[in-house]
Amino acid sequence: MKLTKTLLATTALTVAAGASATAQDMADSMTLVSWGGAYQDSQQKAYVEPYLEMNPGVTATWDESSAEAVAKLRAMNEAGNVTWDLVDVVASDAMRLCDEGLAMELDHDEVLAAAPDGTSASDDFGDLIVSDCFVPQIVYSTTFGYRTDMVPEGVEPPSSVCDVFDLETYPGKRSLQKRPIDNMEWALYCDGVAKDEIYDVLGTDEGVDRALAKLDTIKDQVVWWSAGAETPQLLADGEVFMGSTFNGRLFSAIAEQDQPIGMMWDMQSFDLDGWIVPAGLPEDRLARVMDFLKFATDTQRLADQAAYISYGPARDSSAPLVGKHAELGIDMAPHMPTDPANATNVHIYDYEWWADNRDDLDAKFQAWLAR
Amino acid sequence: MSDTTDTGPVLAADGTPLKRSLRRALRAQKLRALALIAPLLIFVLVAFIAPIADMLFRSVENQIVGNTIPMTVEELRDWDGQDVPDEQVFRAMYFDLFLASEAKEHTKLGSRLNYEESGVSSLFRTTGRDVDDMGEVFQEAFEEISPEFEEAQFWYDTMSGGAGAEGNERLMSNQIGRLEQLEASNFSGDAGFVPGAAISDILPNTARAYAAFAAFTHFVDEDVVAEEEPWEAVYAALALDLEDPGTAAALAAYDGPGAELLRQAAAADLPPVEMKAAFIESNKDWNRIEYWEVIHTYSPPYTTGYFLNAVDMEKTTEGIALRSEDERIYGILFKRTMFMSLVITFSCIALGYPIAWILANLPARTANLLMILVLLPFWTSLLVRTSAWKVMLQQQGVINDTLVWLGLVADESRLVMINNQFGTIVAMTHILLPFMILPMYSVMQTIPPSYLRAAKSLGATNWTAFWRVYFPQSVPGIGAGSILVFILAIGYYITPEIVGGTTGTFISNRIAYHISSSLNWGLAAALGSILLAVVLILYWAYDKIVGIDNVKLGG
Repeated sequence: MKLTKTLLATTALTVAAGASATAQDMADSMTLVSWGGAYQDSQQKAYVEPYLEMNPGVTATWDESSAEAVAKLRAMNEAGNVTWDLVDVVASDAMRLCDEGLAMELDHDEVLAAAPDGTSASDDFGDLIVSDCFVPQIVYSTTFGYRTDMVPEGVEPPSSVCDVFDLETYPGKRSLQKRPIDNMEWALYCDGVAKDEIYDVLGTDEGVDRALAKLDTIKDQVVWWSAGAETPQLLADGEVFMGSTFNGRLFSAIAEQDQPIGMMWDMQSFDLDGWIVPAGLPEDRLARVMDFLKFATDTQRLADQAAYISYGPARDSSAPLVGKHAELGIDMAPHMPTDPANATNVHIYDYEWWADNRDDLDAKFQAWLAR
Repeated sequence: MSDTTDTGPVLAADGTPLKRSLRRALRAQKLRALALIAPLLIFVLVAFIAPIADMLFRSVENQIVGNTIPMTVEELRDWDGQDVPDEQVFRAMYFDLFLASEAKEHTKLGSRLNYEESGVSSLFRTTGRDVDDMGEVFQEAFEEISPEFEEAQFWYDTMSGGAGAEGNERLMSNQIGRLEQLEASNFSGDAGFVPGAAISDILPNTARAYAAFAAFTHFVDEDVVAEEEPWEAVYAALALDLEDPGTAAALAAYDGPGAELLRQAAAADLPPVEMKAAFIESNKDWNRIEYWEVIHTYSPPYTTGYFLNAVDMEKTTEGIALRSEDERIYGILFKRTMFMSLVITFSCIALGYPIAWILANLPARTANLLMILVLLPFWTSLLVRTSAWKVMLQQQGVINDTLVWLGLVADESRLVMINNQFGTIVAMTHILLPFMILPMYSVMQTIPPSYLRAAKSLGATNWTAFWRVYFPQSVPGIGAGSILVFILAIGYYITPEIVGGTTGTFISNRIAYHISSSLNWGLAAALGSILLAVVLILYWAYDKIVGIDNVKLGG
């Protein structure tokens, strides 16, 4: 399989350049992997359905396995039978897959469409291309929501991430994700570390202890979650006062389900989600998936996706095209994590740093949790 | 009487000795029997035993280091671990890393070693990007001497020693073998290139680097070697060979293709080969001894490292030591898994025994109806049952609401019954209860009620009759149920994940994390092996104490 890796990469480039590809050379079915739920629906409506309409005879099947994509792709690769054609993963997983040689390296300018004004794809996506294998789709953020009706009387509603650590002013339970990422950074930030020094401090043993000590102050009030749906549910049940989750989940709890929940955008942690192409696809499937990928990540399609879910399009050129919610008819721009009003104080997540330190910090974090 | 002994062995009807004939018949029978079970046997072997064996094997397997950077491993063998290795090791690392990064295998090695020491991952990733540039200086220097050094054909002729020259087959097959290990595939046929024996004596590094390039170009890129300009690493290797003062002398006597240009290059002023400096410039962490210690410690093809990790220990330069306290977790989790599984098993016995007793003693019609109630949870999704417990036990949940409504608990001090050990024990006891009731029920059904009546008629009290007569006969059912529940419990994953919070999670949650998130399959395999060993030991102990013959799953 690896034998043909480079060969395939070369083919991909030629195919994308449109030199040799005709519809006959392309497979007529694709297996797309995503997260299920509202997010997958937004992909289905924004680009899969339009693509299938343009290409009658082609079928697309969804596999809701993104959460285990890295492990499953590795297993498929070892078995020599990769059944997926395009996989939606978060950026850190894309880096892992690229490092493991499980995802194909892409030349973004060759395989992706340029912006309408002619800006090349790599400039249009800019820094968001965090790995050679990764085609970003959306910017989402992990941020806090709180029960508006649980704010103590006479107190301003929480507006800073440090209010999460302030049990005196804002008593009540909090829900945090059961992993060190984001939590450690917030803890250090609220312990007085300057934003641009967070990773330097976290890189030392004392820094880790300091972050854990800060988390210790709220530890017995924390419910730890592992699935994105948990915090909205805990908030809806009144089980917790405030909790972190993905901003799109909070949007749907607030805008679609009318829950008494408020958003806190302070120190929201930006993250990316996007496509990777598994390494070692046969030529016809690769040709099809490259054709789809080019369409699905162009400026208009990414802007269309924002009509279904409150995640920011990864292309600069898509931002002005973001319109109203497809069903609710409300303006989507103010609900985007990337909206200037929401992005006054954001936490920029360091992928390289976490790729290096994740295993180590996770061990310490889990040991701390178990104590 | 002596007649029979004289006539030799007893013969069958067809004249063959009876013994042989009998054996043949039996063998045919055995084969037939084997053929009948063969599908099942093959299925079990292929779908069950083999994957498990493969997974367990990963807990000690560590060939990736030796396969990806074999020359470095070789050079590091005698390293004393006192200082950062010398130029020699860095040179080996350069050539290893160059090939590995062409094959895109270096980042895999980086991720592997990152499990042992944070930071190795980006070390390999960043330097893997820079190896091209490190060789480029030499490429430019040679091309300055003569543009012929850019020619693919020139290189091919020079390195093969010209048509009809004696070839160094061994070097070539070594490089192909190495590439096979690196790419984990098999290459058949020849690469269309063999380095000349004479030239590979004079320029050993260049010949090796070019042979690696040739093997990669032919087998992986599927291009023609003679048409491709060699890698930057080949130029670096040539510069390295020419640094040796002996090379110029050897070249003076050499008359193969390219000899003239090589002599010219040997006389020219080439940039010095300083790989150590180049590596440290690419990433200053190459100067950190910890990283070299990790590479050194994990260079053998098999390692105990994963098992040590799984018991909160690590390899250090001074030998094996316990991890620092803030990283110890698996010991806690193993103990907790054992303890909670035992508690769950005993809760199941306590709750299941009376139910099984009632079921066994009711008239068949009512018993069947109750049986359906016992089996009902089996037909409900595990996730649904677990989530239902969440609704029941949470602070704003059904039980707390009822208690507050009854006035038993104040609204501010609602009970915490979920996201802790209590929640896991309750939910898992409920989920595993049928596995306890069913074997108990089937054993109790076979205990004749007349025994109890007989005991009572002989003057036993109710308790004595139960304890001395009934209970001992129901023990095999308890045994079978306990084994089932306990073994299921220690491997449970989804329920502790959902209702366990931080104090109610099991070792299996960590195994799942290492399988699906951290991709540290070796550690996951080691943890799994330990869990399997614990189960087998407990099973063995159970067999010794109670006797496995006393376990009954049915009448």
